[in-house]
Amino acid sequence: MSEQIQKITVTIDGKTVEVDPGTTILNAARQIGGEVVPPAMCYYKPLKGSGGKCRTCLVEVSKGSEKDPRPMPKLVASCSTTVMDGMEVKNKSSERVVDARKGVVEFLLINHPLDCPVCDQAGECSLQDLAFEHGADTSRYEFKRREFDKIDIGEYIKLHMTRCILCYRCVYVANQLTPNREHGILKRGDAAEISTYIQNSLDNEFIGNVIDVCPVGALTDKTFRFRSRVWYTKPMDASCDCGKCGGKAVLWMIGNEIARVTARKDQYGEVEEFICNDCRFNKKDLKDWNVEGPRKISRHSVISTNHYEKVAPAHTPLLNKA
Amino acid sequence: MENQNIENIQFPKELLDEVQRAVSSFPEGKQKSALIRTLHIAQAHFGYLSTPVMDYVARLLHIQPIEVYEVATFYSMYDTQPVGKVKLEVCRTGPCMIEGAEKIVSYIENKLGIKDGETTSDGIFTLKTVECLGACGYAPMLQAGEKFHEHLTEEKVDALIEQYRLKPVANYMGQE
Amino acid sequence: MSRKLLLNNIHVEGIHTYDVYRKTGGYAAVEKALKSMSPDDVVEEVKKSGLRGRGGAGFPTGMKWSFIAKPEGVPRHLLCNADESEPGTFKDRYLMEKIPHLLIEGMILSSFALGCEQSYIYIRGEYMYVLRILEKAIAEAYQNGWLGKNIKGSGYNLDLSVSPGAGAYICGEETALIESLEGKRGNPRMKPPFPAIQGLWQRPTVVNNVETICAVVPIVNEGGDAYAQIGIGRSTGTKLISAGGNINKPGVYELELGVSVEEFIYGDQYCGGIKNGKKLKACVPGGSSVPILPHYLVCKTAEGNDRLMSYESLADGGFANGSMLGSGGFIIYDEDQCIVRNTWNFSRFYHHESCGQCSPCREGTGWMEKVLHRLEYGHGKMEDIDLLWDIQRKIEGNTICPLGDAAAWPVAAAIRHFREEFEWHVKEPNACTTRNYGLVKEKVFEKVNA
Repeated sequence: MSEQIQKITVTIDGKTVEVDPGTTILNAARQIGGEVVPPAMCYYKPLKGSGGKCRTCLVEVSKGSEKDPRPMPKLVASCSTTVMDGMEVKNKSSERVVDARKGVVEFLLINHPLDCPVCDQAGECSLQDLAFEHGADTSRYEFKRREFDKIDIGEYIKLHMTRCILCYRCVYVANQLTPNREHGILKRGDAAEISTYIQNSLDNEFIGNVIDVCPVGALTDKTFRFRSRVWYTKPMDASCDCGKCGGKAVLWMIGNEIARVTARKDQYGEVEEFICNDCRFNKKDLKDWNVEGPRKISRHSVISTNHYEKVAPAHTPLLNKA
Repeated sequence: MENQNIENIQFPKELLDEVQRAVSSFPEGKQKSALIRTLHIAQAHFGYLSTPVMDYVARLLHIQPIEVYEVATFYSMYDTQPVGKVKLEVCRTGPCMIEGAEKIVSYIENKLGIKDGETTSDGIFTLKTVECLGACGYAPMLQAGEKFHEHLTEEKVDALIEQYRLKPVANYMGQE
Repeated sequence: MSRKLLLNNIHVEGIHTYDVYRKTGGYAAVEKALKSMSPDDVVEEVKKSGLRGRGGAGFPTGMKWSFIAKPEGVPRHLLCNADESEPGTFKDRYLMEKIPHLLIEGMILSSFALGCEQSYIYIRGEYMYVLRILEKAIAEAYQNGWLGKNIKGSGYNLDLSVSPGAGAYICGEETALIESLEGKRGNPRMKPPFPAIQGLWQRPTVVNNVETICAVVPIVNEGGDAYAQIGIGRSTGTKLISAGGNINKPGVYELELGVSVEEFIYGDQYCGGIKNGKKLKACVPGGSSVPILPHYLVCKTAEGNDRLMSYESLADGGFANGSMLGSGGFIIYDEDQCIVRNTWNFSRFYHHESCGQCSPCREGTGWMEKVLHRLEYGHGKMEDIDLLWDIQRKIEGNTICPLGDAAAWPVAAAIRHFREEFEWHVKEPNACTTRNYGLVKEKVFEKVNA
C-alpha cells in the first residue's frame, strides 16, 4: 500500500493540473491560481461542511470525465463538486458562468445596505471585491431593503445583521471551535438572520474568530470599530506565547499602536490558524508580541497603497522606529 | 396567557410519556429527532413557544437551546409569541385564491374586528393567512386547531366562529 | 371506467379499519412477499412494473431502490414522504385518511425489499389529524402481527412510526425531509452524497412518496408485468390526480395513465367540465411548480396531437409548449381568472417557503414576488416583464435544491404564454384592478426543437 496515490488530471479554462482524487474543482483551481480561481463567499477550507450556499463559485463542467465525457447540464458549485479524471471545467471562459455569477452578485446585493463608506470591512470585504470584479454597474432593485438593528453579542463583537449574506461561516466556527454553540440561524428565507435569539453574549474563548471568517462587515471587532480605515493601518506578522492558541497573528498598526489583532489569512482570505480572544482583544501592547515583520499584502489590495513595506522592510526592528 | 415563569414550565406526566414515546421511536442518541413533535406538544400545552418553554424542551432532549430556537423559528406552525385560543388559519394559495379565499379573510377580519395576524381582545381568536394546506379540491378552507373546515361560505364561517366562541378548544391537536 | 388499483375499495364502509381492510384482501401482498419472495424479488417486480416516483420527479422507483448502499452492519432506512405541500395537490392526504393500511402495507413491502428494519412516515404538521389516523392504524398493524419482531414467523423485523413536520414546503425535498426528521431546520443538503449512500443519520436511505409506496401493494399482488400492462409507454400503472380550480367536480381521481386530458377535464367520471359553462383559460397539470399551459395547449400538443395524462405527453413540447405531470396537482382556470394574479400568488408561496440557504432563491423569490405584486396592482412598468424573465432565469438551475426551479418555472411559463396579459396590466393600470383580461390569443407555432 506504499504506492503513491494516483493523481488525476483536470483542465480549467484551458489550464491543466494534476490533483489528488477527492479534490474539489475550487481547490484544483487554486492549485493553478490566478484568473481560473472562482470566487467563494461561503466556502471556507478550515471549516468542515462549509460551502455550496452562496453560489458565486458556480462553474460549467463541459466534460464530465475521460470515462464519461458528457457535460453536466447545470452549472455546479465548484467548492463542493469533486474533480474526475479528465474533467474539463470552464470558469471565466464560460458565458453562462459569467452571466450566472453576475446574477448571484446582484442577488447578494439587493438587500445589502451598500454602506461601505461607514463600514469597517471596506477595503478587505469579499463582497466589495466580488461586486467590483463580477457585478453590474447598477442595481435593478427598487424596493425597500431588509434591515435589522445592530446588536452587541458580547463585550467585543458587534453584529450588524443588515450586512450579512448568510454564508453560515460563523455558525460553523461556533460549532467547530467552541464547546457550545450559542448563536445560529433563525427564521427562514429572506427573513433569516444570525442571532443568539435571547441577546446572549458570546464569550467563548475562540468566538472572536467569527469576525475573521465573516466575508462582509456583519461581524466586527468592537475594539477596532471606527478607529481607522484598514488601508491606513500597517499589518505586521507577530507571535506570542499563548497557552490557548498558537499565538500567530497579524497586528494592524497605527504608528506604534496596535489598532487591532487578527488571525493570519492566506490569499483567499482563509485563516491559517485560529487565534483566541485573549490574543485578539486584550493584547494591545507591543510588549505582548514578538513582531516578525511586515505582512505581505497583495498588490491588488487597497491596503497595499500604503507602500509601507519599503519604509519598514523585514528584519528592521520596528519598535524603536517612529 | 399562561404563566410563563420558569418554575412553572413542566409537562404533566402524560405529556412526558408522549415525548418519551416520540424519543423511543428513534435510535439511541438520536433523541433530537423528536424535537419537532415535542415542540408541537409544548405549543399545545403552554399556548405558545416562549423562551423558557423552548429552554425546557432543550433540557428535555439534551440539546442546546439555540438548536431549539433555530427550529422553532423555521417552521411556520410554531408561534413564538402569544396567540388566541383558536387560530383560524385561512389558506390563500392557488385554488383557494380562485375560490375566494380573500373574501373569506376579509369577512373574518370584519366580523372579528382584527387583521391578519392579530388576536381578538378576548383572547379567543387569532386570524392567520397561510400557504397551501392540501385541501385544494375543497376550497376555500381554513384550519382551526387540527380540524380542516372546507367549502367555506360566509354562513359556515359564522357558524364555526359561534361554535368556537362558545367552546374555545385549545389549539391542541386531537381535541375535537 | 378506468381501472383502479389504489382506490378500488375506497367506498367500502370502514375501510380505514384493520378488520375491513383485511377482509377486502389487505395484507395479502405482505403475506405473499414474506412467504414466497426474497427482498430482491420484490425489487425485481417493482423494476418490471416501470413504476415511477409519484411525488413529482417521476424517477423510476426500482432504479432508485437499487442505488441504496448496503454496507455491512449499517442500518438502512425507508422514509415515506407524506409532506404533501405542492399547491394543487391533496391526493396523499386522501389516501392516508381513507385507507391508512394501504400505506402501511406498502411500507412493509418496501422496507422488506430494501432490508430496512426501522422506517418512518414523515407527514406535514398541518396533517396532524391524519397522523393520528395513521398512528391508530399502525397500532392495529402491530396488534395483528404485521409490524414488530419476526413478522408472521418470517424472521423479518420492522418498526414503523410517524413523525410530523411543522409547516415547511421545503421538507418535501428529500434531503430537507431528512434534516427535518433529524430535528433540524429543513435546509436541503448538497448532493452528492445522495441519500442512498448517506441519508438519515448518515445511513443509506430511500425516500419515497406516499402514492409510490402504496403502488407497491398492487405490484406485488399482481406482479410487475401485469402492472406494466396498464398505462401507456413508459407511463405505467395508475396515477392519482388531485383536481381543483374552476371545474364542476373537484376531488381525487385515480386514472390509468394515458387517459386524454380532454376526457379528464370534460368527462363525467372525472372533472365534469368547466364550472358555470365558462371557457377554459389555462391549466396547471402537475402542481404549482410546473409550467402553466394556455387553453390551446391543454388538450392538444403544439403539433396538434391529443394530449394525454402521462409523463411524456404532458411534457410534449418541452418547456416552450409543454408542461409536466409533476405531483398530479391539476388546476383549471376559467376565462375569468387573472394569470398575473395567479403568478403573483404562486410567487408569494415560493418566497414564503424558501429556506434561505442559497442566495439566488433566498433573494430572487422575494424580488419576483414584489415585481409581480406591482404588476398585478397596476404599478408595473413594461421593463418589469423582462426583469422578471431575467430574475427567474438567474434562479433556475443555480440553486442547491429544486425549489429554485419550482419558483422560476411558473413565472417563466406565465410570461411565455401570457405576455400580452402582462403587458395589458401595464397599459391598463386602472382596468387591470377591476376586471380580467380574458383569453389570450392563440399563437402560431414554429417548429419546436426538442
